[in-house]
Amino acid sequence: MSLLLFGILAVIALITAALMVTARNLVHAVLMMVANFGTVAIMYITLSAPFVAVVQVAVYAGAIMVLFLFVVMLLGEQQLSFDEPFAGQRMAAGVLGLLLAIMLLVTLFTASPAVLQTGLTAEQIGRENAQRVGELLYTQYLLPFEATSILLLIAMVGAVVLAKRRLL
Amino acid sequence: MDLGLLVEWIIKSVVIMGVLLTGFAYETWLERKVVSKMQFRIGPNRAGPFGLLLPLADGIKLIFKEELTPAMADKWVFRIAPIMSMVVALITFAVIPVGPSINLFGRVIPLRLADVNIGLMYVLAVSSLGIYGIVLGGWSSNNKYALLGGMRSAAQLISYELALGLSLMGVVMLTGSLSLVDIVNAQAGNFWNWNIFLQPLGFILYGICGLAETNRAPFDLPEAEQELTAGYHTEYSGMKFALFFMAEYINMVNVSAIASTMFLGGWRAPFGFIPEWTGPIWFFIKVITFLFIYIWLRATVPRLRYDQLMNFGWKVLLPLAIANVIVTAITMALRQVYAPNAVVTVTFGSLLLMIAAVFLWRSWTSRSMRRRPPLHGTSAEGAARTA
Repeated sequence: MSLLLFGILAVIALITAALMVTARNLVHAVLMMVANFGTVAIMYITLSAPFVAVVQVAVYAGAIMVLFLFVVMLLGEQQLSFDEPFAGQRMAAGVLGLLLAIMLLVTLFTASPAVLQTGLTAEQIGRENAQRVGELLYTQYLLPFEATSILLLIAMVGAVVLAKRRLL
Repeated sequence: MDLGLLVEWIIKSVVIMGVLLTGFAYETWLERKVVSKMQFRIGPNRAGPFGLLLPLADGIKLIFKEELTPAMADKWVFRIAPIMSMVVALITFAVIPVGPSINLFGRVIPLRLADVNIGLMYVLAVSSLGIYGIVLGGWSSNNKYALLGGMRSAAQLISYELALGLSLMGVVMLTGSLSLVDIVNAQAGNFWNWNIFLQPLGFILYGICGLAETNRAPFDLPEAEQELTAGYHTEYSGMKFALFFMAEYINMVNVSAIASTMFLGGWRAPFGFIPEWTGPIWFFIKVITFLFIYIWLRATVPRLRYDQLMNFGWKVLLPLAIANVIVTAITMALRQVYAPNAVVTVTFGSLLLMIAAVFLWRSWTSRSMRRRPPLHGTSAEGAARTA
């Protein structure tokens, strides 16, 4: 049952991802990406991680892609041209993507079985999904968490500086 | 899987959709009646007693209207947009509890579709998707007014979503759970246990942001008639337009239901001695009250200007919402250290914040709210005019 569900979701995710990359129209690409995020979110739910699923929808589909859409509409450049901005871009991207895929597969198959089989305990799955995530973020992963937030802050300030250069 | 459970879920889903769709129809009737009374008019009185059959007549009219698709429109997106709006509006209600568990035919049936442990996050995530219908509808129409309406709505919804989510976080912190069922249970007993008394500022912020999120007056800029003809749904007709219309009204119900659940005890009666099975009635009363306030505001308050809207969202609502979260956190920490009456500290903190907010608002309105941006000429002229 869960394998079948995973299979269907995986196929949908792959199809939407492929359509997103090949779409000529930027708005269609954005839509396909939203569909992809939605499918991945459902996968998280089947993995008993509803909190991550909901955050996926709220942050990526609900906020970031809307901003994408907003910018696409604002700039009005909706049709992509066929020529590459950088010479050999497609080739390089294809090679790098292939390398990444190989690396992921190798990691997956060489990882120790203990890592692969450790699922969530019933306690973690239970009512305290969000609490668990919060606890981990503020104890074990405090430093990366704070570093990420500072990184985001810097990005935001940088964007403001770039946009308001005339006024500074 | 338990077959009975599956049947139960299907029945509940059908009931929720049925109630929301009929509710939508009579909401439009209520709005027309209330607005007309407020404007000393009679309002709908032809179809049926008190015009009660009017929504039915409206529905028939909309079904038989011709469906137009503008030339050069993006046909698929044009078709999908209203559906997205509608789906998002309908599925939000799934996690909202409308009553306690009841015994029916030997089964214990909880009066809600689902109790997920991240209920509130689900609501926020789903409602953040509602924007797609509007933006895509505006974009695919191949009409500049529709596009402008869609863009305005994108900017507006993103801006107010932050304050909306943060205004609810105070309640989540006090309850210690994201589950709407837990939040309602934490407000059990008499009415002074309701969260509105612990989080008055959060309640007001949520009310304002909820208005903005549903694109209702005074925040209905995405469809400002005078400027944009009808905004994002300019090119829509027939049932496609009806879907947008329904989504807006069902979203009003959703926002009212969430406000009741989070701040007014959900289905809980105002006094503890009232039996629990009356829950749905109280829930209904609370939601109707909110809807009435919605309509009342629409009949009373003029629409905001676009720059006012943005300033208000980012410079007033968002800082206040963040301050509310911080004050709630501090008072909760103090409660752990000193353990006095928690209710007093939290309420006190929130009240202090509200007073600060009023002062902030007054000084801010006197400075920037009344300053009009220069309409023409140089900016120096504009500056001289406002000085």
